[in-house]
Amino acid sequence: MNKLREPSLLFDRIFPVGVIVALLVIGWYAATFFLNAPYQRDLNARQGVSVTTSELVGQTMRQQKPTMPAPHQVASALWKATLGVPVTSKRSLVYHAWVTLSSTLLGFLFGTVLGVLIAVGITHIPALDRSFLPWIITSQTIPMLAVAPMIIVILAAVNITGLIPKALISTYLSFFPVAVGMVKGLRSPEAMHLDLMHSYDASTWQAFWKLRVPASVPFFFTSIKVAVAASLVGAIVGELPTGAVAGIGSKLLAGSYYSQTIDIWAALIAGSVVAMLLVALVDVAGRVTARVMGARPT
Amino acid sequence: MRFRLNWHTVVALGLMLLSLFNLPFTATSGTALPLLILWFLVLAALGALAVPPRPALVASFGLLGHAAVLLLLRSLKGAEGTATLGFYAALAASWLLGWRLVTVLSGDGKRGSEGPGTFVSLLIPALFGFWILVLWEAIARGAGIPFVLLPPPSAIGHRIMGSLPILAADFHQTVLKAVLFGFVAGSLAGFVVALLADRYRFLAKGLLPIGNMVSALPIIGIAPIMVIWFGFDWPSKAAVVIVMTFFPMLVNTLEGLRAAGSMERDLMRTYAANHWQSLFKLRLPAAMPFVFNALKINSTLAMIGAIVAEFFGTPIVGMGFRISTEVGRMNLDMVWAEIALAAVVGSLFYGVLTLIERTITFWHPSYRR
Repeated sequence: MNKLREPSLLFDRIFPVGVIVALLVIGWYAATFFLNAPYQRDLNARQGVSVTTSELVGQTMRQQKPTMPAPHQVASALWKATLGVPVTSKRSLVYHAWVTLSSTLLGFLFGTVLGVLIAVGITHIPALDRSFLPWIITSQTIPMLAVAPMIIVILAAVNITGLIPKALISTYLSFFPVAVGMVKGLRSPEAMHLDLMHSYDASTWQAFWKLRVPASVPFFFTSIKVAVAASLVGAIVGELPTGAVAGIGSKLLAGSYYSQTIDIWAALIAGSVVAMLLVALVDVAGRVTARVMGARPT
Repeated sequence: MRFRLNWHTVVALGLMLLSLFNLPFTATSGTALPLLILWFLVLAALGALAVPPRPALVASFGLLGHAAVLLLLRSLKGAEGTATLGFYAALAASWLLGWRLVTVLSGDGKRGSEGPGTFVSLLIPALFGFWILVLWEAIARGAGIPFVLLPPPSAIGHRIMGSLPILAADFHQTVLKAVLFGFVAGSLAGFVVALLADRYRFLAKGLLPIGNMVSALPIIGIAPIMVIWFGFDWPSKAAVVIVMTFFPMLVNTLEGLRAAGSMERDLMRTYAANHWQSLFKLRLPAAMPFVFNALKINSTLAMIGAIVAEFFGTPIVGMGFRISTEVGRMNLDMVWAEIALAAVVGSLFYGVLTLIERTITFWHPSYRR
């Protein structure tokens, strides 16, 4: 047991993660070869060319519409779609990512506000606690993501188009983690602290602002981290129906229609980068808030 | 018996008065039926004002209020879209009485009293669900909302009854093939990899940050790729489900395996237990709450993954296929029927997992009475 050793960034973080990532990339290249080779062999046989194995490997890495694009193909597609074209162009992934990001953020904002309101209601109104909380949990066993396209179509029928419908789907997905996390957070003060507020003759309102809200802040940031990721998924799926012409989701759908696998992978990675940035941003905001509020470093 | 005012009932009585001056309720209701409804509501309101709330009293005021609202829905028959102010006022009044009923049932804000019994604690959320359906039905039919926008629940129920074979076929294709297989394979793979990563710490150090990162990614986006690889039929959907369920299981199991206390672990060491003995006798049981947490998360993810993956190409059967094509044909009642099916399946899935969890982790503090 080497528990007492101080964990080092290099040996406990970077090195193991690096090795796993390297293994994944190697596995990716291997998969590229094995998944693309059958088609390539077929093609070569039809054209009557015979190639050596190493040439075959090269060919599988250079296909136009590969079953599995090689990492460098995806990387170059990403490079071209972000830095190779102006940001405002429809071929720029930055433009599409921005479209998705804007509806993600709007939906995330709605969802967070809604979730906090629900949590405040549940902690203060017993009838709401008993009747509503079970349904909030049930609401998430409904695969609402799956009916997102329908909601878009319905809202389009009543002339609500653009950002709002997509944002509403993000709202539905993101309010739940916030509501559940905040109920937990607002109830996290111990009975002793609540009794202390009581002995100060604090009103419900004062106890709420001076005790419950500060106590719930760590829960708040943990839950909005989940919520922002869910918002992004909601926005992407919201773009799947044919109505959407811009956004990561529409790029995915277009790529799947025309079998542009490289484009699909590039869009997927762009979406992942956006997700990571959002989560990192929330994480930093949480840390800064904790420090400002004087939390002990853990 | 004495009476004490509460705001729900007072507002409800005001609304009843408003409703009385705005008769009739709908084009075909006449005045006799509305008066009967209002009479029921007034009786229910009197019951809601009486203290102390004895069970028989609460039951009778609840029954009267709900009888009134069912009659209210009946008055809409053949008169869709003609509801007047009186109708909505009566609806709001009966809704407030319903709220009052739930407040009384959940202890009326008294602290320290023990919680309601099993029946009441099931009844309260059931009433909430009932009211969502009632308000939906009353507003959708009362205001005459176009069918293509929001079909009333009764029409959806009718459609479910009328297309059971189609729903069964979709259920078979999506749930029994794609969801179940993907859920079991993905969760099992995540679990096994977590056990390996627990044995070889290096693997855990490398996998945990990646797993945490991946759980924030929009994995659902791999659906088109999987359809290209595995074809239109259910294997491609199962593949999406496997990838979606793998990481939550991995991350949660790894976290759970660290949940056993150091004291218990030291005890295992003093017994000279080897890695596998301490794993199976101490740490795996301690990890079970985390494993079930992952299984619950995965149950939802599996349904979502399979249905969304069907949007990218599918044989002509399946819940996702049905949703996307019926939206195109504006058959919204069929879409809602599929949603209802998905909701029921999702809730049952979740419920079954909860039941299994209770029998396996019966020792956990959260189940103690």
